[in-house]
Amino acid sequence: MIGIVDYGMGNLFSVSKALERLNVPYFISDIQEELLSADGLILPGVGAFKDAMGLLETTHLKETILTFAESGKPLLGICLGMQLLFEESKENGTTKGLALLPGEVLRIPKEDREGNAYKVPHMGWNLLRYQKNSTLLEGLTEGYVYFVHSYYVHEGSKDVIVASADYAGVEIPAVVSRDNIYGMQFHPEKSGELGMQLLENFTKRVKERVS
Amino acid sequence: MLTKRIVPCLDVNDGRVVKGIQFVELRDAGDPVELAKVYDEQGADELVFLDISASHEGRKTMVEVVQHVAAELAIPFTVGGGINSVEDMKAILRAGADKVSLNTAAVLRPELVREGADYFGSQCIVVAIDAKYDEETNGWKVYTHGGRKLKDLDAVEWAKEVEALGAGEILLTSMDSDGEKKGFNLALTKAVSEAVTIPVIASGGAGNAVHFKDVFTEGKADAALAASIFHYKETSVEEVKSYLRKEEVHVR
Repeated sequence: MIGIVDYGMGNLFSVSKALERLNVPYFISDIQEELLSADGLILPGVGAFKDAMGLLETTHLKETILTFAESGKPLLGICLGMQLLFEESKENGTTKGLALLPGEVLRIPKEDREGNAYKVPHMGWNLLRYQKNSTLLEGLTEGYVYFVHSYYVHEGSKDVIVASADYAGVEIPAVVSRDNIYGMQFHPEKSGELGMQLLENFTKRVKERVS
Repeated sequence: MLTKRIVPCLDVNDGRVVKGIQFVELRDAGDPVELAKVYDEQGADELVFLDISASHEGRKTMVEVVQHVAAELAIPFTVGGGINSVEDMKAILRAGADKVSLNTAAVLRPELVREGADYFGSQCIVVAIDAKYDEETNGWKVYTHGGRKLKDLDAVEWAKEVEALGAGEILLTSMDSDGEKKGFNLALTKAVSEAVTIPVIASGGAGNAVHFKDVFTEGKADAALAASIFHYKETSVEEVKSYLRKEEVHVR
């Protein structure tokens, strides 16, 4: 059973509908005991980093997530949920994150190295390039996924990057993982077939660990 | 590299897609979910549902439509039409839409854009601008109420203002080009796209695949929306994309 963390800032509906399409049982909860009993956890999120961390702290779901991560069971952060897994973010000042993965979250620069302006948010379909082997990519070929974000995980965390996308010369970490911690910067639940396959690979990982 | 997006638009009245839709293979050509699936299969990058219901009942039905579409589709979609408050946005976004589009309501009360962006994040807030050429200023003026009312507001200035208010994207319709099928309004699209740093979806005037190429290259649009040429099967999303690929426009 997969638990979706409800801390008030998630795209809960689209993530849960995607799990339904995959026939994967799930529940949505903000209760510590329930979430800790899940076999895998999904941390969704849209909105601002600071607000999200604020909510995770006041609801004490921060501790829940950290305890869950320590248990070794798979945890997946999606979009802002992935950014929260890192050490800190520079969105509206500096805010500490969950620090389950090394690296910081910065604003995507509005100019490339030659000084050409380009658009932020990074919104739309971009090519996912695989950087190293991971259970999340098993059996999959490179393809397009749907991104919507203005901040990204900055380098300094190369060893956790499983797949990335190129945006005007900036390498955007798109799939990250270390041990039982996984993250996707794009929206797998909105990324057509490839997105669904990536999500399915995460749910397989959860199942394998249970059996 | 980010791809250029092709966005079919569906008009929905009381939960049914209206305007003649000619997908003969469909069991029910008025069902938004079935039509959305067809466009998804053709490779549409995103969909826009425009709710043209005048009644309260029709609006409520739209929430159910959104739920069904979100349950069936794994591509993003935007809902516009009649969204006047944060409560309206909440109902549509909670039902599973990825973005809401504000038009007249944003002109009447620009703070609504900021309220929406603060609450849901900029990425959820699209501002739709209906613009028409104005000889006097040699620019484009904003129209509201479905293009019926002229507002003394320059379209390019308004685009900059909504960006500052927190809009995440602009859906720009040229009223001069709309329905003519002679191509998108390249000058207007370029002017707005260069004035803001958020993505611009061009709308109005699509007649063939070449028009899409033009609006992406000359018009600097990030996405292009069309309704009738897709509905009437004059071309398909697939056809447009294969042409764009040949012309080296980056598409999914």
